[in-house]
Amino acid sequence: MKHRGFTFEKLKIASFDFTCCEGCQLQLANRESTLIDFLELLDIKNFRELSSEQFDDYDIALIEGSISRQDEVERLQAIRRQAKTLVAFGSCACFGGVNSLKNKFSLKELVAEVYPGMKVETMPVKKISDVVKVDLSIPGCPVNKEEVERVMVNLATGSLVTLPKHPVCFECKAQLNTCLFELGEICLGPITRGGCNAVCTTGKTPCLGCRGPSEEINMPAFVELVKARELSLDDLQEKIAFYNAFEGFSNHEA
Amino acid sequence: MIYKVIAKSEFKRFTDALLRDNTSFGPRQVDTDSRGKAVYQFLPVTSSDDVAFDYTATASSAKHFFLPFREELSRFVFQDQEWDQQISYEGNPIVLIGLRACDISALNILDDVLLKGHFPSPYYLAKRKNTFVIGMDHLPLPDCFCKSMNHHTISTGFNLFCSDIGENYYLSINSSKAFNFLKECDTRDPIDDDNCRLVERRKIISDSFRSEVDVTALPSILDIEFDSPVWEKWGNKCLNCGTCAMVCPTCYCYSVEESFDTNLKGATRQKKLYSCNLVDFAEVAGGHNFRPKNGDRLKYRYYHQHRGFAENANQQICVGCNRCGRACLAGINPKDVINDLRMEKESCLTNISSSPDRI
Repeated sequence: MKHRGFTFEKLKIASFDFTCCEGCQLQLANRESTLIDFLELLDIKNFRELSSEQFDDYDIALIEGSISRQDEVERLQAIRRQAKTLVAFGSCACFGGVNSLKNKFSLKELVAEVYPGMKVETMPVKKISDVVKVDLSIPGCPVNKEEVERVMVNLATGSLVTLPKHPVCFECKAQLNTCLFELGEICLGPITRGGCNAVCTTGKTPCLGCRGPSEEINMPAFVELVKARELSLDDLQEKIAFYNAFEGFSNHEA
Repeated sequence: MIYKVIAKSEFKRFTDALLRDNTSFGPRQVDTDSRGKAVYQFLPVTSSDDVAFDYTATASSAKHFFLPFREELSRFVFQDQEWDQQISYEGNPIVLIGLRACDISALNILDDVLLKGHFPSPYYLAKRKNTFVIGMDHLPLPDCFCKSMNHHTISTGFNLFCSDIGENYYLSINSSKAFNFLKECDTRDPIDDDNCRLVERRKIISDSFRSEVDVTALPSILDIEFDSPVWEKWGNKCLNCGTCAMVCPTCYCYSVEESFDTNLKGATRQKKLYSCNLVDFAEVAGGHNFRPKNGDRLKYRYYHQHRGFAENANQQICVGCNRCGRACLAGINPKDVINDLRMEKESCLTNISSSPDRI
């Protein structure tokens, strides 16, 4: 690809799934309007949802999912050794995600419930950065394809890669939505990173914080407002714990 | 200004024709909140039946019809070694019905800022010129304080303004377009009784305000109180969510982003409305942030709203609609913040010397 004297190399990319639903990777093949242009940016080395061919000379590794078995740790470490840029891709990779709910129970109890009578090796769920160094995070359940495109374009052109720093509320207001707190619900919009175009709250579903905390969240004030509206603190705690995305904040008096 | 009186049934006929033949927006109920109150927004309308004429106030202002939340300023197309910049200012004609006096005041303030400075905005101008504005008066909500800001009445900035005088509307016609449209309708010149009813209506509105904010000398108080602990106190409540600026009818600050198309053959420059309460509003290259603290950011919003900037001749730009106060989940509102700020200084009044005795 040539542009005004600059030559852009295609991004040598690979996509890997760990403990997850593979839904974030599936987003890569979504948004048909720009799909051909998007794939044009990429030299796909390994991505089982798109191609059965597999090569190991990738520069960028997209990691979907969290880590919940020892063999996953070893596989991830091998990817880390190869990848120049390792991307935590989706909420499970970034925060542990829904899988982290597992960590509330003992492993023995879990195996007995889910795989009764079977010998299953498992361990508490970890996010990717608990195991290897992460260069870039793209949160979301699932990731927003538009954002993924923007990140890939920026990587291809050598531009700065950033995530929005504002919370979901800001984007929700641009949709002229009625605030879900006004409708008596607890919504994590005020503390969750925007960039999703407030898709859930526009559908009148409270935000569960899949994109993690926005920059500089004010958790004490947020807990205060839930109390002031006499909403359930248990409900709040459950929502905050849903994606395990507010680890550093969730112990606040709520 | 030309004044006419129109029967409400005839006004309905007029609006039906106008809204049917033009892309139009007016207040509609979108929800009922958990306390049983109706929530309104300016949304598309195609007949007078769509319009909630008895609405109170919309949750969000009408600002975005003139300053979209996101707007493409220009497109760039790359060809070989060259590039083209494409700019389009066109705004499609629209009708906005049901704006309150404070909403129209807000447009006049935006006119001052965006059209009367050194660099008038052609994007704003195109939309403003192409919008037919019909105002409607209303009884204030308990927390409206537009009277304190002197924006509860309006004499300019609209095409047509309707005052509710019972069976009829008292029309203030402020454009030849509105006058010509109304030629097709049955209207009459106001008689004494109509004028009395208008004066009475205005008095009822004026007497109905329950909230007052003392804004006398506020710009200088804000200057004096630059380091006041009041900012930190309210800043600690702030969620940094930017909601206040989004629903505000006059907050016009924005950010600009340039991005490549996915095919790398073009690029776009987009403007999006932003808020000084957002954490990266004053962040610059290298990550330095001029206003890293909540209180600092909150203060700057109040400075811009109530002290003004040079662009608008240091006039306050708040119109007193209290949309920000209603929308703020943390309970931050201009009335309480400004009163707090005044009290802060008044608490030291005991220290000054007493007035000399009268001779």
